[in-house]
Amino acid sequence: MLTTVGLEVHVQLDSKTKIFCGCRIQFGGAPNSRTCPVCLGLPGALPVLNRRVFDLGLRAVLALSGTISKKIKFDRKNYYYPDLPKGYQISQWDCPLGRGGFVELDSGKKIRLNRAHLEEDAGKLIHDQSPDTSLVDLNRAGTPLLEIVTEPDLENPAEAYEYLSHLKTILKAVGVSECDMEKGQLRCDANVSVRNAASDPLGKRVEIKNLNSFKAVKAALEFEVTRQTEAFEKGVALTQETRLWDDKLQKTFSMRSKEEANDYRYFPEPDLVPFTVSEEEIKTARAEFSKWELPRQKKERFAKQYGLSDYDACLLSGQDDVALFFEETVKLSKNAKAAANWIIGPVFAYLGSKGVTLNQTKLTANHLSKIYQLVEKGRMSFQAAKDNVFAEVIANGLDPETVMKEKHLEQVSEDGALIEWIAEVMQANPKVVDDFRSGKPSAAQFLVGQVMKKSKGKANPGKAKDLLLIKLKEI
Amino acid sequence: MGSLDLRHIARLSRLHLTDAEIKFFETQVAQILSFVDQLKAVDVEGVEPTSHPLSLCNVFREDEIKPSILLEEFLKNAPRAKGPFFEVPKIIESHS
Repeated sequence: MLTTVGLEVHVQLDSKTKIFCGCRIQFGGAPNSRTCPVCLGLPGALPVLNRRVFDLGLRAVLALSGTISKKIKFDRKNYYYPDLPKGYQISQWDCPLGRGGFVELDSGKKIRLNRAHLEEDAGKLIHDQSPDTSLVDLNRAGTPLLEIVTEPDLENPAEAYEYLSHLKTILKAVGVSECDMEKGQLRCDANVSVRNAASDPLGKRVEIKNLNSFKAVKAALEFEVTRQTEAFEKGVALTQETRLWDDKLQKTFSMRSKEEANDYRYFPEPDLVPFTVSEEEIKTARAEFSKWELPRQKKERFAKQYGLSDYDACLLSGQDDVALFFEETVKLSKNAKAAANWIIGPVFAYLGSKGVTLNQTKLTANHLSKIYQLVEKGRMSFQAAKDNVFAEVIANGLDPETVMKEKHLEQVSEDGALIEWIAEVMQANPKVVDDFRSGKPSAAQFLVGQVMKKSKGKANPGKAKDLLLIKLKEI
Repeated sequence: MGSLDLRHIARLSRLHLTDAEIKFFETQVAQILSFVDQLKAVDVEGVEPTSHPLSLCNVFREDEIKPSILLEEFLKNAPRAKGPFFEVPKIIESHS
């Protein structure tokens, strides 16, 4: 079976005010406190386009290698719903801001974009406050959105997930949007269908709504692919429909209410004049975003400048906070290899296990570079640094050297103490000592391990091994 | 005007029309449409499509915060309100 996925992403453009009026954009706050006649849809109120919103939209289209349309206009998308005060949403139909462009996946595959258009967000409905009414908060109404629509180029849920991560990184990198999903600044609807073979026409398309995280997108698509494949194999006819993802139940459900609503009767918005962009303005927009380093460029620079593998460069440049942290750490220690290994290893493991981002921890570039510098100088073993010091430093923001001293982890390199441990280990393992002496050099490794254990990880392993070999050969 | 489905249009507009009303309006709407249909006779060969009657283009406002209006002011006009919210009949997005 072949899967075909297309995504529609709504991204909130980073302006101070709404798209068509001067009401302030802010997450949360007192209900209905940031509204005016324009975003309330009062009779006679006229929308005027926010210049910054338009400019950010242009920048996004260019950053995604799209083409700015020669003629840009707005249209009314008509539908009745209580979160939409005017009875229509101002959106763009046949003359969107931009067309084409692509996002490149790590494999080099290009996910083509169909279009990108500007529109206003709707308000918010609250259903759980009273049994037979819904409450309406219009603070969000009129928030500027850029809708980015892909061609049906995605072939599985994993590609959809990767596409979204790349798109988010690009949009954040050029300062178009904060892309904070928890604040609803990046939202996604998915279209998915299955068919038996590439020569068959596309299957019945199902649209999935209510996808609030990248994880939800992947899980919902996986669920839908399984559901549709099973139906297909049983010979059950699929219907073109809208389904809602339930994150708790991890299932999609048919949304009956949307069945016949997809008749939006678009027509030109008479309250807004058309827009055009000159070559000159496109040049200015290009110049402005060339100040930002696109994710792919950053990855390439990391690989070249720090001598990293493509894979490591990708991991370290993928998220802004990590990339910044990595570069600071390198600057402090002049050791890119160690910084990379520590971030990709222990730091990522910690973030993964706690489910937090780097910015949410107390780790500083200064502390991390200090940890591995202590290891380099032989003052603490890598094992002790990783297992005992690092956790304290990242969790509590403590100074590595202080932690090392408090936990008595300072590495022992003096011969006296080492020789004592070695003697004890040799005495306790006469058989292994004999093995070594009868020509099994690998036996030495076991004994070094025992010395490390006896010293609770404090013995300098290199030094211990050297001394041990001398002792083993002595008799 | 045989393709005019007034029942569908009424549903999209959330209007509940009786059969008699459908019949009544069908005639009227059909008349309006045939009136507008006369425009089809105009030869528009080579004429650039117009989306706006004004010859203006690129009208913007700057991204500057303007004071929003007072809550009490506009809630006065709402048919129903509850606290700081507008109140509407329950909208249920139920699972099937």
